[in-house]
Amino acid sequence: MEKSDKLPAAPQPYKSWKELPHVPVSYPQLGSIGATGEWRTFKPELNAKLCNKCGMCYLYCPDGVISYKEDALPEIDYMFCKGCGICASICPKKALEMVREKE
Amino acid sequence: MKTEQENILIMSGNYAAAWGAKCSNVNVISAYPITPQTTVVEKLSDFVDNKELDAKYIRVESEHSVMAALVGSSMTGARSFSATSGQGLLYMAEMLHWVSSSRLPIVTTISSRGIAPPWNIWADYTDILSIRDCGWIIQFASTHQEIFDSILMAYKIAENPEVSLPYFVVYSGFSQSHTSKPVSIPDQQRINEFLPILPEDGWGHLNLNPDKPVTFGNLVMPEQEYLDFRFMIHDSMVKSKNVIHDTIDVFNQSFGRDYEGLVEKYLCDDAEVILIAYGALAEQSKDAVDNLREQGNKVGLFKLRYIRPFPNEELIEVFNSDVKVIGVADQGTAFGNPTGGPISTEVMSLLYHTKNKIDVLPCIWGIGGRNVSVDDQIKLFEKLLYIKNNNKYPTDETCQHGTVWMGLKTGI
Repeated sequence: MEKSDKLPAAPQPYKSWKELPHVPVSYPQLGSIGATGEWRTFKPELNAKLCNKCGMCYLYCPDGVISYKEDALPEIDYMFCKGCGICASICPKKALEMVREKE
Repeated sequence: MKTEQENILIMSGNYAAAWGAKCSNVNVISAYPITPQTTVVEKLSDFVDNKELDAKYIRVESEHSVMAALVGSSMTGARSFSATSGQGLLYMAEMLHWVSSSRLPIVTTISSRGIAPPWNIWADYTDILSIRDCGWIIQFASTHQEIFDSILMAYKIAENPEVSLPYFVVYSGFSQSHTSKPVSIPDQQRINEFLPILPEDGWGHLNLNPDKPVTFGNLVMPEQEYLDFRFMIHDSMVKSKNVIHDTIDVFNQSFGRDYEGLVEKYLCDDAEVILIAYGALAEQSKDAVDNLREQGNKVGLFKLRYIRPFPNEELIEVFNSDVKVIGVADQGTAFGNPTGGPISTEVMSLLYHTKNKIDVLPCIWGIGGRNVSVDDQIKLFEKLLYIKNNNKYPTDETCQHGTVWMGLKTGI
């Protein structure tokens, strides 16, 4: 089955236990289990007028999908944002609003 | 062959454990106080405080956190140590699996005590026996010297890349932890030559390094390799027997000791009646054997030094000898299992490997620190001799459900 986000598929299973290391280890890669943004029910939307670029949303995002540069507006990668709402909850300026995704 | 560099000190069993950790140059210690283990980590905190040991001592709020802290430290390749007993060990149980399944060579000493309720702090191996299947190597140390020596060997065995499993050194609460005996401490330079060299970049299979982030212990789906990783723990445990034997040989040569292997056989060669036991009470059983031998009885003692890995081959060899009757003494309980004793059940499970007809009498002794004298042990041997001579099992009231519960109050 083709993956909707065109990410590489999981590596092929090992043929024999003798090839295995002692423990499973995963190395970081982008979205190893697919476009998790598809899980989202509510989407964080930024009101640029209220944002003071403090970077709190970037610090608290558990999935690391908010990018931050000094004196720039944060950018959210909706391919992987699961819509947990922590950024909206933590934002001191109430600049992020959780909006229900449409069908 | 004692060498002149050896320094003989009088110390408690707990201090012998602390000295074992110190001389193993451990990097990280975490522990939570619990009787009768507490003086192990008190002594170690002294060593750290006095700069006699260059280690990080992590204080936490529970035994669960103790082992969680050591999972972190060991994942960086630090030689990690803890000590606990009884309830503390049981509280640690979840993390014990985390350690073994992460294949981390942590060494922990257990000063075994009875499980509550009712409260009991005296010698009883039910604590360690309750978690015997969690993937840790389990070795009993039945003398003070053996406690110290075993910790040095434990790190060499556990850190062997083919083994990569955690290791318990177990001894009895109070009867060993709080009694004092001479312990010979070899020259540190020679210990350093014996100990494995710690790898610079953590263990080969796992290295926690902020500069090279990885995820481990990941979710593994049913059709992926979960089963295979489980099998590999058992496989490494069984194969660790070779490493254990080799390490004991090197240790014996380096320090002039005479440890046998996974088991210690005492006058078993021509014995028709053999008692299988473990821990300090097994050491005492040698006196019972001597006494009965003087009266012309062909009896022997088979001391289990290790129960994980289980010494299958050594036991089957005994089953195929001249032995007619075997007693298995457990200092711990396994409620509702075939015998009530965890190790007697395991020993009996191997009997199908022999064609010989062997009678087996399981026994539970020394529960909650109940005194077991040499006379008591002789009386158990006499029960075994009774089976051999009369071809029937004893029926006194301490024999319940096929097992002798030594000292059970029967109103007589």
